[in-house]
Amino acid sequence: MQKSLHIDPGKCTGCLQCEMACSYEHTGAFNPSRSLIKVFDFHHEGRKVPYTCTQCAEAWCLNACPVEAIKVDASTGAKVILDAVCVGCKVCTIACPFGTVNYSHETGKVQKCDLCGGDPACAEACPTDAITYIDSDWTGLERMRKWAQKTDSAARV
Amino acid sequence: MAWTRKILRVNLTQGSCVSEALNMEWAAQYLGQRGLASRYLVSEIDPKVDPLSPENKIIYATGPLTGTMASTGGRYSVVTKGPLTGVIACSNSGGFFGAELKFAGWDMIIVEGKAPTPVYLHIENERAELLPADDLWGTTVWSTEATLKKRHQDPLLRVSSIGRAGENQVLFAAIVNDLHRAAGRSGVGAVMGSKNLKAIAVRGTRGVGNIADAKAFMAAATAGKKVLAENAVTGQGLPTYGTQVLMNVINEMGALPTRNHRDVEFEGARKISAEAMHEKRASDGRAHLVTNQACFGCTIACGRISRIDETHFSVETKPEYWGANGGLEYEAAWALGSANGVDDLEALQFANLLCNEDGMDPISFGATVGAVMELYDLGILSKEEIGLEAPFGSAEALCRLAEMTARGEGFGKILGQGSKRVCAKYGKPELSMTVKGQEFPAYDGRALQGMGLAYATSNRGACHLRGYMVSSEVFGIPVKTDPRETAGKPEMLKAFQDATAVVDSSGLCVFTTFAWTMNDIQPQIQAACEGEWSQESLLQMGERIWNLERDFNLAAGITGKDDTLPPRLLNEPCKTGGSKGMVAEIGKMLPEYYSLRGWTPDGVPTAATRSRLGL
Repeated sequence: MQKSLHIDPGKCTGCLQCEMACSYEHTGAFNPSRSLIKVFDFHHEGRKVPYTCTQCAEAWCLNACPVEAIKVDASTGAKVILDAVCVGCKVCTIACPFGTVNYSHETGKVQKCDLCGGDPACAEACPTDAITYIDSDWTGLERMRKWAQKTDSAARV
Repeated sequence: MAWTRKILRVNLTQGSCVSEALNMEWAAQYLGQRGLASRYLVSEIDPKVDPLSPENKIIYATGPLTGTMASTGGRYSVVTKGPLTGVIACSNSGGFFGAELKFAGWDMIIVEGKAPTPVYLHIENERAELLPADDLWGTTVWSTEATLKKRHQDPLLRVSSIGRAGENQVLFAAIVNDLHRAAGRSGVGAVMGSKNLKAIAVRGTRGVGNIADAKAFMAAATAGKKVLAENAVTGQGLPTYGTQVLMNVINEMGALPTRNHRDVEFEGARKISAEAMHEKRASDGRAHLVTNQACFGCTIACGRISRIDETHFSVETKPEYWGANGGLEYEAAWALGSANGVDDLEALQFANLLCNEDGMDPISFGATVGAVMELYDLGILSKEEIGLEAPFGSAEALCRLAEMTARGEGFGKILGQGSKRVCAKYGKPELSMTVKGQEFPAYDGRALQGMGLAYATSNRGACHLRGYMVSSEVFGIPVKTDPRETAGKPEMLKAFQDATAVVDSSGLCVFTTFAWTMNDIQPQIQAACEGEWSQESLLQMGERIWNLERDFNLAAGITGKDDTLPPRLLNEPCKTGGSKGMVAEIGKMLPEYYSLRGWTPDGVPTAATRSRLGL
């Protein structure tokens, strides 16, 4: 089964466990500044929103890369940066409509979510299930189920 | 390791920022944050120093677990000599600032001297510099944070600052980070103000990577999170209702101090409770509470995000307050509400917003308003003197006094001196509901005997966070004790105080202890920090910290006679409810407490005790 990260902002408390887990997985340190998932706090709306790469099927970043440093991980569908190939030209950061590929001046390469090879640390660390890793063909299933439950009002009587 | 092993020493008089190695011998004895910063403070300042003079120092300290994946591992403490109390001040804050300081590579910042003109400290990893803050002086915490993010073109900057209350040296001024998390108590904000230090802005990209045994740490942290999630208080009660879950519970016990402790039950408690925050308002059909929010790394998420009623008199012409914002915690709701007899939830939220915006401790502010209202009720303070009518229950007076105090206007300047000084000034010192100059929090020391002793003996003046006996006397954690009973309370309190000192020195939040015991905490510290950290050594460290603070306070001039409660709590029995007829029986408990502590009958640690603890 192909899986996707699925984000439900309504459940996010803004604790940043995901950012720490991501940075720990990729750098060995707890370091939100190196996290590939970011939580945004829309303070005066009372909303927190985790955001990261959605792994586009037709990936702008991959198509824009002049040196073919972005490859598809066949097992997960993740678009993965090949550090050995990346020249740090940043064209992919321009191409990505969502801003989820970013340059790191420490490594001289770009970085983006790679789904941790199929076991995303952010989803594992999230205490409220605001981030889950689920069947990519059915990310709407839970929401459908909730609405389905409301639909047949006769059954609840 | 978990420590960065680096201290930033900032001398405001000289304008210097210097990196120093952390004293690892002390780290092994005091761990971090509260304990370690206290060790530095007592070795560097004269206990008799005027807290608001350049000779006082102020320390911002993280713990070894700050900035790690341990749940709640984002705390920092501000340690200094407190102007409200004249004893050691140690105020603990969550939010995101503490972790950011650690990510920048610093265990703590020691600030000394006084800047000739207003400055702020800007830290970007190892680079630290003092920059002019003349344009920030006179502005609020909220405005300061926004300005600095813009100035440094850095939306990820974390800021800890004072508002106008700290600048004006309101004696209960707070230091506020991340808009509404505060090192709230004992007037630490006034110390910052006295030094012309407006703010500390930090950006850290180094991270915390030096965990002693990373694999063991991740296992211990994960196990700890599971315990928090499965516990009814930390897994359900606190996320859903916040600390406000207490309002109705404490009121129903007859333990909710009301109208400057004249009463112990508040008829309006339900209207200012967690439950009320969840209900839809008649005015706009929306609930006061928007959502809960976590501090850094916290899997409990007890924080409140509220939206004030736009039609309320306090904000109807002030749209800048209409958005979602930091909401009422239990202590604030009590102090701004019950302590003054005010049952208007929206008025409480407005006063709470002002406390965050201009950096004031809502507990001491609210409790001082309670004292002012009693003086008004007795005819000692007049409408002319205050500038407005201030009867118990007046939401208008509460809101106006909050503005006046935060901005240093008129009677606000007097109110900003705190309850002890206000009551003394008007010839009624006995009406000040304080211990060592600091106002009580939200539990009546008559109704909960153990809490009464906790207040009397707290090293930072009246405080619920130095030994939270409510946990046992109300919730039965770790065991249920009868709140009316004095027997056994000294021993339990000592254990609570010592264990709390450990938590406060680690980088973790004390709220974890609703679910966690040392069995959960010790493995996380042990895995993160090099060296041997057994439960026994940790608890002895807690005791060492307690005695270190006590020694400082004694040298600062307090005596065992200060370990007491106001006459009202000792002599005027609770009038109603489950606590009817009770007074605080400190005399029954204090000698035993001193003895258990290894102190003389006058409350002084003996030479044997000092030697046993390595002091």
